[in-house]
Amino acid sequence: MVNETEPLLVVDDLAVEFRTDEGVVKAVDGAAFTVDRGEIVGVVGESGSGKSVTAMSILGLVKSGRRVRGAIRFRGRDLGTLPAKELRAIRGAEIAMIFQDPMTALNPVVSIGRQIVEALRLHDRKLSKAAARDRAIELLALVGMPDAAARFKQYPHEFSGGMRQRAMIAMAIANGPSLLIADEPTTALDVTIQAQVLDLLRIAQQETQAATLLITHDLGVVAELADRVVVMYAGRVVEQGDVTTVFTAPRHPYTVGLLESLPRLDRDVDELHPIPGSPPSLLTPPPGCPFHPRCPLARDRCRTERPELRVVGNGTTVHRTACHFAEELAALPTEVTR
Amino acid sequence: MTVETAAVDRLERLGEEVLRVDDLAMHFPIRGGVFRRAVGAVRAVDGVSFAIDQGETLSLVGESGCGKTTTGRMVVRLLEPTSGRILYRGHDLATMSEDELRPWRSKTQIVFQDPYASLSPRMTVHDIIAEPLRVQGKYRQGGADRVSELLDLVGLQPEHANRYAHEFSGGQRQRIGIARALALDPELLVLDEPVSALDVSIQAQVVNKLRELQQRLGLAYLFISHDLSIVRHVSHRIAVMYLGVIVETGTRDEIFTAPHHPYTQALLSAVPVPDPRLRGARERITLTGDVPNPANPPSGCRFRTRCWKAQAKCAEEVPQLEDRLGTGHPSACHFPELLTVLPTSGAAS
Amino acid sequence: MSDLRPSLDTPEVTAAEEVVATETDTAVRSRRRSPLGMAVRRFRRNKIAVAGGVFLLLILLLAVFAPVIAQQSPTAVDLGAIRRAPSGEHWLGTDASGRDVFARLVYAARVSLLVGVFAALLAVLLGTIVGAVSGLFGGWVDTVLMRTADMMLSFPSIVIIIVLAGILGPSIPILVVSIAITTWPTTARLVRGVTLAVREREYLHAARVAGASRGWMLRKHIVPAAMGQIVVVGTISVAAAILAEAVLSFLGLGVQPPQASWGNMLNDAQSLTVIQSMPWLWLPPGLAIAATVLAVNFVGDGLRDAVDPRQSGRS
Repeated sequence: MVNETEPLLVVDDLAVEFRTDEGVVKAVDGAAFTVDRGEIVGVVGESGSGKSVTAMSILGLVKSGRRVRGAIRFRGRDLGTLPAKELRAIRGAEIAMIFQDPMTALNPVVSIGRQIVEALRLHDRKLSKAAARDRAIELLALVGMPDAAARFKQYPHEFSGGMRQRAMIAMAIANGPSLLIADEPTTALDVTIQAQVLDLLRIAQQETQAATLLITHDLGVVAELADRVVVMYAGRVVEQGDVTTVFTAPRHPYTVGLLESLPRLDRDVDELHPIPGSPPSLLTPPPGCPFHPRCPLARDRCRTERPELRVVGNGTTVHRTACHFAEELAALPTEVTR
Repeated sequence: MTVETAAVDRLERLGEEVLRVDDLAMHFPIRGGVFRRAVGAVRAVDGVSFAIDQGETLSLVGESGCGKTTTGRMVVRLLEPTSGRILYRGHDLATMSEDELRPWRSKTQIVFQDPYASLSPRMTVHDIIAEPLRVQGKYRQGGADRVSELLDLVGLQPEHANRYAHEFSGGQRQRIGIARALALDPELLVLDEPVSALDVSIQAQVVNKLRELQQRLGLAYLFISHDLSIVRHVSHRIAVMYLGVIVETGTRDEIFTAPHHPYTQALLSAVPVPDPRLRGARERITLTGDVPNPANPPSGCRFRTRCWKAQAKCAEEVPQLEDRLGTGHPSACHFPELLTVLPTSGAAS
Repeated sequence: MSDLRPSLDTPEVTAAEEVVATETDTAVRSRRRSPLGMAVRRFRRNKIAVAGGVFLLLILLLAVFAPVIAQQSPTAVDLGAIRRAPSGEHWLGTDASGRDVFARLVYAARVSLLVGVFAALLAVLLGTIVGAVSGLFGGWVDTVLMRTADMMLSFPSIVIIIVLAGILGPSIPILVVSIAITTWPTTARLVRGVTLAVREREYLHAARVAGASRGWMLRKHIVPAAMGQIVVVGTISVAAAILAEAVLSFLGLGVQPPQASWGNMLNDAQSLTVIQSMPWLWLPPGLAIAATVLAVNFVGDGLRDAVDPRQSGRS
């Protein structure tokens, strides 16, 4: 049943649609990537790229959406066909989630400590209350909660934003998950607190050896934390590969555009180069390559033929892009590769 | 008078001081008890001074709760300061009544962070941009033409005028907000996190547009942001705020290449940089703990509770904003020292 | 302990749905439609509300064209034909004074709608002004106005109306005014709530920074923002006012005979014999009241969903 030759998580040609008043929204349209044991994979994209829907689909948390195609296999089992009960058993134990806003995920009327104890005992019925309590305090201390024993009794509203995020991370790693899904875990936080939480995610990952799927719009966070990166645009994966390769030698015009539109903390940039236009409507996605209306390289083939992900370059790691003219892009001098 | 002709005058006065803020403070009362009497105060802003010249961008940076947004709202008098002066070309706006203020209102305008909450869902784009003109009784003389001109100025099409805000993307909405702020020919724009709510690829469009407008129209900007990368890109001068006070201020280069307040240094080192090659190569200062409660700030230096070099003096004596190191820019630290936190230009390659 | 289990699960789903909602939101835009146009579209999709609206339209036509529709006079007394059962000549029979019940029913629609609409309009107008002023000025103005509203809400309104009608004598204007002064607080509270919410909106801040006066903000932003909900409350007030009119007229404190109203028609049908053996005297006005009030409420519900689509799923 458990297939150990396959990567830990395989997202295979996933497509998710939403019915709205205006029509069918193709939020995810053929996303494909894998996550290996113990690695940190960053999924980047702007709003509407489908990155969050993809992440939520893994745990079957997208109720209003309909999976029209594809599979999500975790340890070889298709999560989409699992009975609800089995999915619940996986959720919170083998796969844990860290949300952007801890207040939506923490119960406001139950103390932090009790929530962690419950999470522990929910998946391990044999665990005694006292043992669970000790373990919870241990977890709170691990995530850098000062005075963990006292904090154990406090309620979420008594915590600052950073502390809540710590508590949620403690809860997420409580059952030693093999996959952590972190959806914009630091977006709501101030920079100095974000730095603390990023350090913590690193520690949590080392501690549990869990693979981490890091969903974010912040390229800086990915560059700091991820081993590999998956770039999404208009519901599709447009580029993926080793983080250094993708950031220094991107082979998709969208990735190039993103990096060039970014003001830099570490150097002076004379002028930003924004990507013209705005992301396409997912109600009526453009034919062919979804990026072609904004792409400087676009030509007829891009307007008709949808580019599939293909391997580019000859590096030591696998680098994939969904661009017909990736080789041409490689030849162009860009500021990114400076 | 078109937008451009009005700008000629301003362009001639580049470098002249437009706004001077002097020891500005905003204390929000905390009410308690049966009679809702003030039992304390949140000192959101506690004695802030700065000046902005025509054509210049001064950025206020800091984390949430540092008072940067409150300062911006006082400058446009959405809030009445508890004390201090807001001198617009020598006229103190801080103490004016709403009626006295009305003619001066057009000189300082504001662009908000949230492109969704800042535009009325019940008005067309034309009516949104025309509102300031109508309020000031200036719509009758060529107001409609002016709205078209403003749309063009911010890069929108004339046919967008009859649509409603919900039909636009975040970036377009922010352009509408900018057009509205420009309607009355202001000299100073308070830009309160104007691109924080936008996607990366759209942020750059709006930032470029703001820079272009500044050059064409000679505008002064008070740019409020928590995003240091954008601040580096847009600012001439920067003031770093922490818990209601300015802890360090200087030109862009001074702040980014020679910061000497520990908080500035920590802030700069905490920002993730989109370059995996720098991972582990940068000096990282990770601050412990959270920002203290502004209702009860620490004695002496407000940063001392999170500072790694705090000493007894820091708890006893409030550090004044002065240039102790002779680097040409002041900081409010008893023990400042130069520290290069960011790789110097070119080191990345 | 098992009570905790959903708490570990459902918040995730809520958070997920929120994320998804914003993602799909950004995907769905760029349709050219005014807020009013969208509300109309949503309303038209609500079958029951549309049916209610059609029914009210029929009643309205009935009231307007009463002289054409009713062949007989509603007040013509025919002592030779008292309490006759329905026939070809008198479709719904005649009452104790030999007046044609059908004609009275049709003419009574005029009175009921008139009282209902005017009382609601007056209440909504008063409530909107009080609510907006209260919310915008705040402080002691707010305290005084809202405590007054609370006081009005805590009195049994029917008692106030009875006292007023008793002192000033029964008449239609008194009826309208007394219904209005007991129902305005509902609107006032609602408009105050909207005002407080809109007051903190950044588009209102932008207007202030441009120099807008309080009057401007009221006219251009606050009242338009509250309009949808005002219409909803107004509609439901119409139903309440029609009922109040019926009650008061039934008690003899409202519309005075010989003028017909649904309420005083019921008044004429109080005896047990009438109830048992002459249903044409009480059934038609009773049904008219019930059906009209129900229709108004259906329309009100439809409007509420059309104005604020987010609430519809939960109500």
